[in-house]
Amino acid sequence: MTSKPVSTSLMDQQILQQAIIGAFAKLTPRRQWQNPVMFVVYLGSILTSVLWLQAWNGGGEEPAGFSLAITLWLWFTVLFANFAEAVAEGRSKAQAAFLRSAKRDIAAKKLDEAKYGSNYSKVAGSSLRRGDVVLIEAGDFVPGDGDVIEGVASVDESAITGESAPVIRESGGDFSSVTGGTRVLSDWLVVRISTNPGESFLDRMIGMVESAKRQKTPNEIALTIFLVALTLVFLMAVVSLLPFSIYSVETAGSGRPISVTVLVALLVCLIPTTIGGLLSAIGVAGIGRMMQKNVIATSGRAVEAAGDVDVLLLDKTGTITLGNRQASGFFPVKGVKEAVLADAAQLASLADETPEGRSVVILAKQKYGLRERDIRSLGATFVHFSAQTRMSGVNLPGDQCKPGEPCRHIRKGAADSIRQHIETQGGKWPAELKTLVDDVARRGSTPLVVAEGAKALGVIELKDIVKGGIKERFIELRQMGIKTVMITGDNRLTAAAIAAEAGVDDFLAEATPEAKLNLIRQHQADGRLVAMTGDGTNDAPALAQADVAVAMNSGTQAAKEAGNMVDLDSNPTKLIEIVETGKQMLMTRGALTTFSIANDVAKYFAIIPAAFATTYPALNVLNVMGLATPASAILSAVIFNALIIIALIPLALKGIKYRPVGAEQLLHNNLLVYGVGGLIVPFIGIKAIDLFLVAMNWV
Amino acid sequence: MNGPGFLQIASYLIALIALAKPLGSYMARVYQDESVGLNRWFAGVERLCYRLSGVDPEQDMRWQQYAWAALAFNLFGLLAVYLLQRFQDVLPLNPQALPAVPPDSAFNTAVSFASNTNWQGYGGESTMSYLTQMLGLSVQNFLSAASGMAVLVALIRGFTRRNAQGIGNFWVDMTRGALYILLPLSFVLALVLVGQGVVQTFNPYQTVNTLQAVSYSAPKLDADGTAMVDAEGKPASETLQTRQQTLALGPAASQIAIKQLGTNGGGFFSVNSAHPFENPTPLSNFLEMLAILLLPAAMCYSFGLMVGDTRQGWAILGAMTLVFVALIFVTVPAEQSGNPALTALGIDQSISAQQAGGNMEGKETRFGIVNSGLWAVATTAASNGSVNSMHDSYTPLGGLAPMWLMQLGEVIFGGVGSGLYGMIVFAIVAVFIAGLMIGRTPEYLGKKIEAYEMKMAAIVILIPPLMVLGGTALSLMLDAGKASIFNPGAHGFSEVLYAWSSAGNNNGSAFAGLSANVPFYNLWLGLAMLFSRYWLMVPVLAIAGSLAAKKTVPVGPGTLPTHTPLFAVLLIVTVLMVGALTFVPALALGPIVEQLQMLGHH
Repeated sequence: MTSKPVSTSLMDQQILQQAIIGAFAKLTPRRQWQNPVMFVVYLGSILTSVLWLQAWNGGGEEPAGFSLAITLWLWFTVLFANFAEAVAEGRSKAQAAFLRSAKRDIAAKKLDEAKYGSNYSKVAGSSLRRGDVVLIEAGDFVPGDGDVIEGVASVDESAITGESAPVIRESGGDFSSVTGGTRVLSDWLVVRISTNPGESFLDRMIGMVESAKRQKTPNEIALTIFLVALTLVFLMAVVSLLPFSIYSVETAGSGRPISVTVLVALLVCLIPTTIGGLLSAIGVAGIGRMMQKNVIATSGRAVEAAGDVDVLLLDKTGTITLGNRQASGFFPVKGVKEAVLADAAQLASLADETPEGRSVVILAKQKYGLRERDIRSLGATFVHFSAQTRMSGVNLPGDQCKPGEPCRHIRKGAADSIRQHIETQGGKWPAELKTLVDDVARRGSTPLVVAEGAKALGVIELKDIVKGGIKERFIELRQMGIKTVMITGDNRLTAAAIAAEAGVDDFLAEATPEAKLNLIRQHQADGRLVAMTGDGTNDAPALAQADVAVAMNSGTQAAKEAGNMVDLDSNPTKLIEIVETGKQMLMTRGALTTFSIANDVAKYFAIIPAAFATTYPALNVLNVMGLATPASAILSAVIFNALIIIALIPLALKGIKYRPVGAEQLLHNNLLVYGVGGLIVPFIGIKAIDLFLVAMNWV
Repeated sequence: MNGPGFLQIASYLIALIALAKPLGSYMARVYQDESVGLNRWFAGVERLCYRLSGVDPEQDMRWQQYAWAALAFNLFGLLAVYLLQRFQDVLPLNPQALPAVPPDSAFNTAVSFASNTNWQGYGGESTMSYLTQMLGLSVQNFLSAASGMAVLVALIRGFTRRNAQGIGNFWVDMTRGALYILLPLSFVLALVLVGQGVVQTFNPYQTVNTLQAVSYSAPKLDADGTAMVDAEGKPASETLQTRQQTLALGPAASQIAIKQLGTNGGGFFSVNSAHPFENPTPLSNFLEMLAILLLPAAMCYSFGLMVGDTRQGWAILGAMTLVFVALIFVTVPAEQSGNPALTALGIDQSISAQQAGGNMEGKETRFGIVNSGLWAVATTAASNGSVNSMHDSYTPLGGLAPMWLMQLGEVIFGGVGSGLYGMIVFAIVAVFIAGLMIGRTPEYLGKKIEAYEMKMAAIVILIPPLMVLGGTALSLMLDAGKASIFNPGAHGFSEVLYAWSSAGNNNGSAFAGLSANVPFYNLWLGLAMLFSRYWLMVPVLAIAGSLAAKKTVPVGPGTLPTHTPLFAVLLIVTVLMVGALTFVPALALGPIVEQLQMLGHH
């Protein structure tokens, strides 16, 4: 049912137009300075522009036409890099704009006192600050993120999640948070606003996709350092060529020293402009891909960390198993017929509207053809589950009873509470019941004991249903090198059985918030990166401790505050996709860096013979590509260097496909494609451009 | 090349690899403070050293303290060598009454020996007294080598420790390295070399009568001793005859053993191991050559042992060996094939029973082509720099391999300690790229490689190329630099580039032909040696400190394996790419164009 907020094709017309404008707008020195590698190209372009003007006036070191061609293509290199960044931003902004549309300015009913029925004044939603309390009635939009402190209401969250079915939000419990821009359909809510203007998830996300405001992630910083180091090495190699060349001309007595225009061209070809130009686009696109998966990351750091996750903590209920347990069998004690047990169980469950209760009724019908009976005609009164008795059941009028007075007391509940119930009535707890209860628990199911009066009838098995396909996902995770740990409140016996069935690596049974927190700390102390999903307030400490913490959008505000990502679909298995996206981002960077460096070999073969051919004609042996003239060789290398940025934009935006095949194999594959490929491709590309330039008579 | 040629190279490689394991495990025990056989004799000496110098051997130093200790200690050594040279004329053990060394040369030599470079602008037998050679140069040979090994051990501790503040104690590491590793090995090697005929004496130089008269030309001097000019105004020379020769002697064997073992390379005599008193026989040649790479190779195994996975050490040793072997097979065949210009003149350069053939200019007949070429590659692979033939006379391609090995940053074996720590820094860079490519934050040996490590690694990789290219450019721009270039054309350029490659990477070998014992080169090359040694040591120790403080990430199926052939290849590619991409333009204007011209391309 979930629809993506917006699906942009790679080359959406409008985005492209915006990006072209953006490419020029980013030409300010301040913007360029943020990307050191491209800043060098930027300075080089300015330098060659000046040299061209000089040549145009007749005083240049190179012919004006050649100088102009180099200058133009250097500027194109800068613009192409800007364009790549602008396209990535544009795509992400389009996704953000969809969400922003939900964020129209909403009139809010600000309450004077934090309770229903207090006086309110109408204010603009954008003026609300953390701690303000507002009333939202049926038909109103929620003016900002907050916690429900009073009331129950159905809320339409389709603006955020694309899910059309309304959800219930109520005070207390795990469903107490509301998101700005959603709409209350029925009833009313009193909400305490939890964010200041400009700090909501939407605001943070919109900030993330604008690269100017985006903070570089730790890995990106490390990579930038490496790229700057390479740039410096090449700068030195190129700058020193000038005195080398002057000396060589002196000593060889022929030719003329290399021109500054050619030196700048060589420098730009050698420094890693491919990765330098696409680096920021990769980062922005990574966040954008998360958004397409309906995950809002609050920092790029979190997305990147997702790729490193070693341990994944998953809640059993709702993630590994279907949220609801289902009755799967009746096990009577000796002397009780199975049908009798089924009948009693069904009667006790008729008014039980929980999915478990309904499944008992259905099982009884399937197995013994026991029709669902009309509760009212039976004259039954129902005993609802309460925290004190921890049982539910039914009281019925019976044959041997006085009319109007119930004498059949049927109860179902957990073993220990039913035992207490029986023993207080002077009944006996049959020894074999313990065996039955343990057997059920050992299978990973939950035993419910049914009793009538002071007599135990038997056990209902409530089976946890492991989600279809989940086992395969765990296998996939294992291949990625990620260990899965199931967290459950069940006892060890039950937990072990489900863990085995679902194929998780480990489990934490009888989990308390403290136990979860300790487990995470323990893994972190061992140097592992821990990811977890959570929705409840009691998950918040663990979410805050985890390295990658995905809060369900349906969860409490506390959980969302503690996490560093919010999953709008509230789908706990989404973590797998989040991990993949994180890995893709790192892989794309690594692959393009390798490609960029490997490209340099061909560029040397193009430029070195061309640059020194007049001094040392012997070096023409190195012109293995057979490029037509020195000018065409240098120009072809520069053009290739610029065009490859454009050619790789789709790859930068989509990311490299991740396959869980093991680290060694993955490295092998990527080295082959991007390393060896990066060696070969420019030889072909530069030669092709050279042929084209010659064919067009441009050189 | 012929069968015996291959056999010589193969036996060298086999001996080298076979010794790596036993020696490597011995060294690991020494540095991990486990008991070794020599404890019985040396433990007392070790304790005495600490007590006399007031060192607390239990102190665990932070990386900054470690770096300060290393720098201060080396500075002290540098000053000692400088002063010994400046006052050698008034100090004992100077039978030839050699004068004090001039300040610029003394500075250059002091830096050169303290920094394990052993670039020699001077000629040993005509400049240095026995005392200077022994107390200054030999002692520094031990101490600079021990310092390099200590820094490596500190870096290894960075990997093995977790959440730790300290990286060990410099004084202990340095003392143990010198006492338990360098001293015993040098002692044994020196004895064997004396057995082969290497001199070891305090006697003054001997003048002997030659069997036949030798004629030589010398500048014609007038009565005042000033050079006379001929009719055309050129310096006049006259041909003289002599039947006498002065044989330089001295305590050579003890210095040569450590010069080879400690990747120092500073010869006792001017022509280094081409001198018959320094390297008289094929056996002494084999042993000296083996000693060049022995410790750097064995340290790879020690590294593996100390990080708890010997495969890690083998992977690095494998990568080094592969590059080494590849370049042997560049230089040796290039030399064996001789010079086509001479072939054109009808000179027989082919290999036969009577002659080694090939390009024999500058090579000793007792070593031949293979053992000269092998030495040239080994001595530049390691940052040794000793020579048994003159690299300047190699064919351009044959000389390119040694030059390029230095330009790679002295990480193919490299200096004792420094070669491996340089290679580990390259491994960090390789892991960084590879790690990204498999979609994880890069980690090496369980330590995450982050921005700080990359910054330090970048400094380590940046400095030598900056020094070499910048220095060469400087020399070619200034008249003072160009004045020392005697060879015309591209070869003159190659000579300057070689000198800077050697100094900027602490190798110390020289293309002769460049007159480097002048104030300009003494000063600037001296500074280059100083920076490239110590400016690299500090960031390496910073990496050690940062890694030691980190948690150790357990190995999982998602971890990039760094012990596989694939990783070794990746490491090689990283080293070669940085080396190649940086120096290709410069090499194109030097040896590459020389080679092409020699082959007749115009």
